[in-house]
Amino acid sequence: MSLTVEQVKERNRELIKEVLEVYPDKTAKRRAKHLGQYEEGKSDCGTKSNVKSIPGVMTIRGCAYAGSKGVVWGPIKDMIHISHGPVGCGQYSWASRRNYYIGTTGVDTFVTMQFTSDFQEKDIVFGGDKKLEKIIDEIEDLFPLNHGITVQSECPIGLIGDDIEAVSKKKSKEYAGKTIVPVRCEGFRGVSQSLGHHIANDAVRDWVFDKGDKHPEFQTTPYDVAIIGDYNIGGDAWSSRILLEEMGLRVIAQWSGDGSLAELENTPKAKLNVLHCYRSMNYISRHLEEKYGVPWVEYNFFGPTKIAESLRTIASYFDDTIKEKAEQVIAKYQPLMQAVIDKYRPRLEGKKVMLYVGGLRPRHVIGAYEDLGMEIVGTGYEFGHNDDYQRTTHYVKDGTLIYDDVTGFEFEKFVEKIQPDLVGSGIKEKYVFQKMGVPFRQMHSWDYSGPYHGYDGFAIFARDMDMAINNPVWGLAKTPWKTAA
Amino acid sequence: MAGLRQIAFYGKGGIGKSTTSQNTLAALAEMGQKILIVGCDPKADSTRLILHAKAQDTILSLAADAGSVEDLELEDVMKVGYRDIRCVESGGPEPGVGCAGRGVITSINFLEEEGAYDGVDYVSYDVLGDVVCGGFAMPIRENKAQEIYIVMSGEMMAMYAANNISKGILKYANSGGVRLGGLVCNERQTDKEYELAESLAKKLGTTLIHFVPRDNIVQHAELRRMTVLEYAPDCKQAEEYRQLAQKIHANKGNGTIPTPITMDELEDLLMEHGIMKAIDESQVGKTAADLAA
Repeated sequence: MSLTVEQVKERNRELIKEVLEVYPDKTAKRRAKHLGQYEEGKSDCGTKSNVKSIPGVMTIRGCAYAGSKGVVWGPIKDMIHISHGPVGCGQYSWASRRNYYIGTTGVDTFVTMQFTSDFQEKDIVFGGDKKLEKIIDEIEDLFPLNHGITVQSECPIGLIGDDIEAVSKKKSKEYAGKTIVPVRCEGFRGVSQSLGHHIANDAVRDWVFDKGDKHPEFQTTPYDVAIIGDYNIGGDAWSSRILLEEMGLRVIAQWSGDGSLAELENTPKAKLNVLHCYRSMNYISRHLEEKYGVPWVEYNFFGPTKIAESLRTIASYFDDTIKEKAEQVIAKYQPLMQAVIDKYRPRLEGKKVMLYVGGLRPRHVIGAYEDLGMEIVGTGYEFGHNDDYQRTTHYVKDGTLIYDDVTGFEFEKFVEKIQPDLVGSGIKEKYVFQKMGVPFRQMHSWDYSGPYHGYDGFAIFARDMDMAINNPVWGLAKTPWKTAA
Repeated sequence: MAGLRQIAFYGKGGIGKSTTSQNTLAALAEMGQKILIVGCDPKADSTRLILHAKAQDTILSLAADAGSVEDLELEDVMKVGYRDIRCVESGGPEPGVGCAGRGVITSINFLEEEGAYDGVDYVSYDVLGDVVCGGFAMPIRENKAQEIYIVMSGEMMAMYAANNISKGILKYANSGGVRLGGLVCNERQTDKEYELAESLAKKLGTTLIHFVPRDNIVQHAELRRMTVLEYAPDCKQAEEYRQLAQKIHANKGNGTIPTPITMDELEDLLMEHGIMKAIDESQVGKTAADLAA
């Protein structure tokens, strides 16, 4: 039984009312502003965003340190990122978000390694600057092929007032101008990981770009582009890069999946920055435009429809040869994609999906699902801002349920009532919904699969969604109390 | 340990807390009380008059040398001085780095765990300046100091600090048992100092337990790193500290929950005593040139 849009809207209103009822008045009033639904023709989703979570609820957000160390800086593979402070933050962010990279770990690349200053009581009381100096010396000694160091501040650094900038400058001088970047991403700053992205972007500006051109010998071409905001989760950036290369562009940098310091340093020389994760990297893209005159364009490589659209948009910044090649690329892959759709669409047609993820995925992946005939009935951002919700309007349909910084309780309730065929969210949500009997895919880590970006990624995406939804296990799970009765 | 009394001296920086507390505690020792002084000031000068030392090795500096505080023994940090008064200094970082407040917390936890309080009649905390952060409120939290003595003078900022410290005590008074034992006025020879101290005590819901007159002999003793009690036991000033010690001893751990006042009330108090003239609001923020025009 399929509901009309009006019926869906009525149900959503009831549902929001129902979840708000359990909250104390003040909480209900505040949460009400973050729950809503898209009304056709509106310029945003009618929800507030980027404000602090309410104490007592279970939020799915991270912190500024997570935004800087985990997202922006962590995947820069040839630099060593020190988790500066007590050991926990480093321990639990160890091994990255599956940002794949090429290199010999521990020799010239370090992404899956964990470096921490492991603060003890005496470092808190007497300050940790001396320890930081010693760690930098040890790194230089033990990992001489590292190309730079970042200092990722954990909370105590800001509380005790350590001067990591002075240490970084001093050590940089000692090591022949080596790039050493202090990042003030203390976890208590801001309302989510989002501020950490911004702080990390600013650190790139101040401690990488502002140090001048490190590679004057670098030969540019009219077709140089930099990929920004593709974290190469499960190899996403690679399956994206080959498409740009096939259409005749030269990718001179990957930020920050499989990225290197030299690539960062050369980015001002690009002709165009192509930006995937707008949320985490728009700040530096804007800066590159303002200061170096490099334009930037957002693109979306999830699903053939959006890929084709994006390839054409990117090509529009270049000459006719590129435009033609872009068409050739689209034409080349179209039959392959049609084969994927022909195979999976009959199995997935009409399936309803609810999403709750970070970054740009709450909107970006919608096209890929729609290419498979699936429908997004609800979506929300962990740490989106108003501009994300504005952009979301281009993707969602009338009556889509929208939940910003959803609480554990709300999300469970929504899924319970809407009964989607698939939930796409993170590891913390996975088992809750699977236990409710709802198929689930992790949409942060691609559930240890991927890539999902690009044409190659779409084939894997389609297979994975089918695997989750049409898995025979759902038919085997019995409800004991129902059979007993 | 039933009879253990934990007291603390708070007050504005430079007001003479350490001098007042060490002299008073020396007088208590004279009365046969067994005393432990816990200095909670990174500059570690709370025990110099008792130990005749410039500054004793602090818990935190020893811990930093040894690796961590767990590597220390009580004997390493405790020194015994005049009339068997036991002394420890918490210590802390150089000015401008680290977290001195956390240092105080670390040190006090260490002392408690190591049984430093066994067999003493009095533990006295001497705490830096104002209650600037949670760490410096440590001695007034639950199961620590029961009576707080605020050292102040007739100066505006000393009274302001006394009021702030009262706020700190009030915060912990209901969850723990901390009480304000009283004010100790260390004479600065400001106008109507005694009256002012009395009225402030009344406003804060406590008493001025002693007015310590100014006497240069205190400085003479300090130059020799001694308390007056030891340097010139028969002088008039030594007698003042004895009186203060007796009052504290007689207080038997009692005190009040303070009633801190607002900044406006504090200014009113100064006006009442004619120390400060009523402010003409129309002149606030005007430069001399403005006023002349």
